[in-house]
Amino acid sequence: MSIATVRSDLPLATINPVAKVAATIPLSIGLVLTLDPVSAGVAILCELIVFTAVGLGPLLWSPRTLPVWIAAPLTGVSMVLYGQPSGTTYWQFGLIEVSEGSIAIGLATMARVIAIALPAVVLFLTIDPTDFADGLAQTLRLPARFVLGALAALRLVGSSIDDWRTLALARRARGVADLGFIRRSLGQAFALLVLAIRRGGTLATAMESRGFGAPVERTWARTATFGAREWRVIAVGCLVAAVSVSAAILTGSWNLVWA
Amino acid sequence: MHATISASGSETKNGARNLRWRVVDIVVASVIGVAVGVVFWAWGVAWAPISAPIEALLPGLQAAPAAVWLIAGVLGGLIIRKPGAALYTELVAAIVSALIGSQWGGLLTIEAGLIQGLGAELVFALFLYRYWRFPVALLAGAAAGLGMAINDLVLWYAGAAPAFATIYTLSAVVGGALIAGGLSWLAMRGLARAGALGRFAAGRELQAV
Amino acid sequence: MAGGAIAASAPASIEARGWGWRHGGRRVHAVSGLDLRVEPGERVLLLGASGAGKSTLLHGLAGVLGGDDEGESLGELMVDGRPASAARGRSGLVLQDPDSQIVMARVGDDVAFGLENLGVPADEIWSRVGAALDAVGLAMPLDHSTAALSGGQRQRLALAGVLAMRPGLILLDEPTANLDPEGVYEVRDAVARVADETGATLVVIEHRVSVWLPIIDRVVVLGHGGVIADGRPDEVLVGHAAPLRAAGVWLPSDVPWHAHPSRARDIQPLMTAHRLDIARVPGVPVQRGIDLRVDSGSITAITGPNGAGKSTLALTMAGLLRPEGGRLDPGAPMAGARGNEPWRWRSRDLLTRIGTVFQHPEHQFLTGSVLAELEVGPRALKMSPAERSERIEPLLASLRLEALTAANPFTLSGGEKRRLSVATVLATRPRMLVLDEPTFGQDANTWRELARLIAGLRDEGVGVVAVTHDETFIDAVADSRFVLAVGGTAAMRDVPASDRSHGGGGSA
Repeated sequence: MSIATVRSDLPLATINPVAKVAATIPLSIGLVLTLDPVSAGVAILCELIVFTAVGLGPLLWSPRTLPVWIAAPLTGVSMVLYGQPSGTTYWQFGLIEVSEGSIAIGLATMARVIAIALPAVVLFLTIDPTDFADGLAQTLRLPARFVLGALAALRLVGSSIDDWRTLALARRARGVADLGFIRRSLGQAFALLVLAIRRGGTLATAMESRGFGAPVERTWARTATFGAREWRVIAVGCLVAAVSVSAAILTGSWNLVWA
Repeated sequence: MHATISASGSETKNGARNLRWRVVDIVVASVIGVAVGVVFWAWGVAWAPISAPIEALLPGLQAAPAAVWLIAGVLGGLIIRKPGAALYTELVAAIVSALIGSQWGGLLTIEAGLIQGLGAELVFALFLYRYWRFPVALLAGAAAGLGMAINDLVLWYAGAAPAFATIYTLSAVVGGALIAGGLSWLAMRGLARAGALGRFAAGRELQAV
Repeated sequence: MAGGAIAASAPASIEARGWGWRHGGRRVHAVSGLDLRVEPGERVLLLGASGAGKSTLLHGLAGVLGGDDEGESLGELMVDGRPASAARGRSGLVLQDPDSQIVMARVGDDVAFGLENLGVPADEIWSRVGAALDAVGLAMPLDHSTAALSGGQRQRLALAGVLAMRPGLILLDEPTANLDPEGVYEVRDAVARVADETGATLVVIEHRVSVWLPIIDRVVVLGHGGVIADGRPDEVLVGHAAPLRAAGVWLPSDVPWHAHPSRARDIQPLMTAHRLDIARVPGVPVQRGIDLRVDSGSITAITGPNGAGKSTLALTMAGLLRPEGGRLDPGAPMAGARGNEPWRWRSRDLLTRIGTVFQHPEHQFLTGSVLAELEVGPRALKMSPAERSERIEPLLASLRLEALTAANPFTLSGGEKRRLSVATVLATRPRMLVLDEPTFGQDANTWRELARLIAGLRDEGVGVVAVTHDETFIDAVADSRFVLAVGGTAAMRDVPASDRSHGGGGSA
């Protein structure tokens, strides 16, 4: 899957990306304020239900969401080992202190990472970069020069990936590919940067020659809409946040982070 | 019928610095952000399965290699040399990461980029966007690292013991200074010598053609 | 749609009076003292040596050179009586690199980009987009991905984007230099159609003159200090043939050069492919069952359309890509490396056996100076400083790099980069040489130099494999031709000996 475009038959693909990002805000805020397993657990449940209902179920387990599934338990392990100790200590070694409290923290942290990251990652996978740019510039009225400049830079990713592969082959051909992986990678990354910046300069010239950057009020070939569907998506996000937070408060598990 | 466009009023008299962003500034800053975003993702894909379990066992040192992600902001600031460059470039890198699929989720990835970029930006602003030498780059990297540490500790490692938090912060600051600050400065000089920065002040201060 | 669907705006005139430009950070003016007048509707071919300021002039006409903070301008450069920097929508510029001019992910959006910038109302945009795409011959859905276009299609897309803006002046800066022959004619025909339909003024920079001759009516030659020659094509090309040839222009009147047949002795097989399957991405073979033998003292050209796997084959035979199936047997002169599979040899072992020259020299550069670059190979072979300079000195001389030893490789000109990339490979004296499009984008002078060099290497016993679209090159030096077709057939053909009977070292 490339990040260039998103198939328009993907569920939620045609919703204004600004709405999709906005929908994740209430939940992110709500879950960040607390460190408890109930709020996170309920949130995860709601998310799985909502996404499966909408048809995004398969995306939950795609290679692009893998980072979340890997990072969450690892962050949890980190906290199990180094979390604030409390209750019985099970094992201590150097700075490591595994205790009742730290295990609870670890589990809650793992759930929290999944609960916050999962919807954001899945929703972002339905965002087409061009639509995102249109949303930022037209709906949020961010400066068009910057938004479109960044969008144009995405076009060079494909060339850069081809460059990277060729650079690696060239290093083998030049006799330096046997040792020194880190040094070689840094050199390759540098060469990539040289080539990418050069292309960027050419792209900037091409864009300018087509009138970009001039003080003329620009028009839009594609209109970014923000209507009932977008508000519905945001409402669902608020709902999930409300349900998770309420569940935590009602069960007394709500645990304000810096208290 | 067609429309024509007059030249923008960004010309200045000789000697005065032009702090307004040109199109080439925007596009090259974006290219740097996109390149770092993609490299960071690719590096993550290649290394994470191996390094992540090890890092999970470390008491906070894992913040140091993560400083690679901070390179975008410092490098963008050093090359473009205009207000907002560090912030913008780091933000673009974060957005690209979010679009590809980062582990922290879209919004918070972008928010992290914002805070990290802000760290570097504040340092460059402190120096009035006039000084771009090695020590300034180190400081900017350190500030970005500090931003990353604060962001991560508050959001993700909220339950950490003080020792972990301290080591994490120190690793982030030192890693940020050396990797994000030092490497970016070296990269900037290398790029200037390779003639890639001809349209920027960073390139002209080296050129005498 | 029928011709005339593109509503035209009035063609623009150009006037330069003592115009000059100095890029900020450089001491020397790129252009100075230029006086030129182009009438509306004229079609001009701009020629001249590299460094004469042709690109600078085009960028100036397009208004993209930058303001006072980017350089210094002298005199006046006017489009339609107004300063060129103030009239951006009046002219359109198409650059050389097909990959670096695409702004949007979808074809329709990319063409619409210029119109959005000009403030054209949304309902008018899409009809103009459709008309522009038709005019350049890109009949595809508007949401077709721009990443999936060929080089020729990309250049036509850039042209469509320019065309939709209805410019009175169309500027083309080597638009076909990076394209294969099919793409070259695609673009040339699209430009011809566009020029006919809109009547716009046309200024083209190219060094392959015969391609553009049919559609231009005036040739202007630039040199340092201004216009050297200006007039009808037949007058200028004949009357100024000598300086033009010296500047590296391909003149239609040139007699093609041919190398003599190989003088190498003791021919041995260097690398033999038996039923080789090749793939760029593991598991997705591009060609199957290739049988090909590379002998010492011979030049084999690999040709075929884009996508047939020419580069993949070359890189596989060079030991850089893993064969998908079949065998690749190194011959006796390649002995000494670990095992019989070039793919598994150590990177260092490749240096003295197979040298690879990539299509874009920049991919090969590792260091910050030409001298260091040449030393990379010898250093990897653990040669002493004395041995290193014994290898490098003659290369610096024969490839004319002596004045450039301290220069950063990325800052060299196109021809210098190509010579450097070849020199670095020759420093370790490989028995077999693999070249990927060696004459790509080169002007006539560098072309001739390379052709002679490669023929000379062949006489010394090097086995050469060249992936190339360049028929002139194949006629000039190749002993045999291996043709790949998309979808799997490959065939070996000899270049007829009669083509190479024009005596050694002709005068072109």
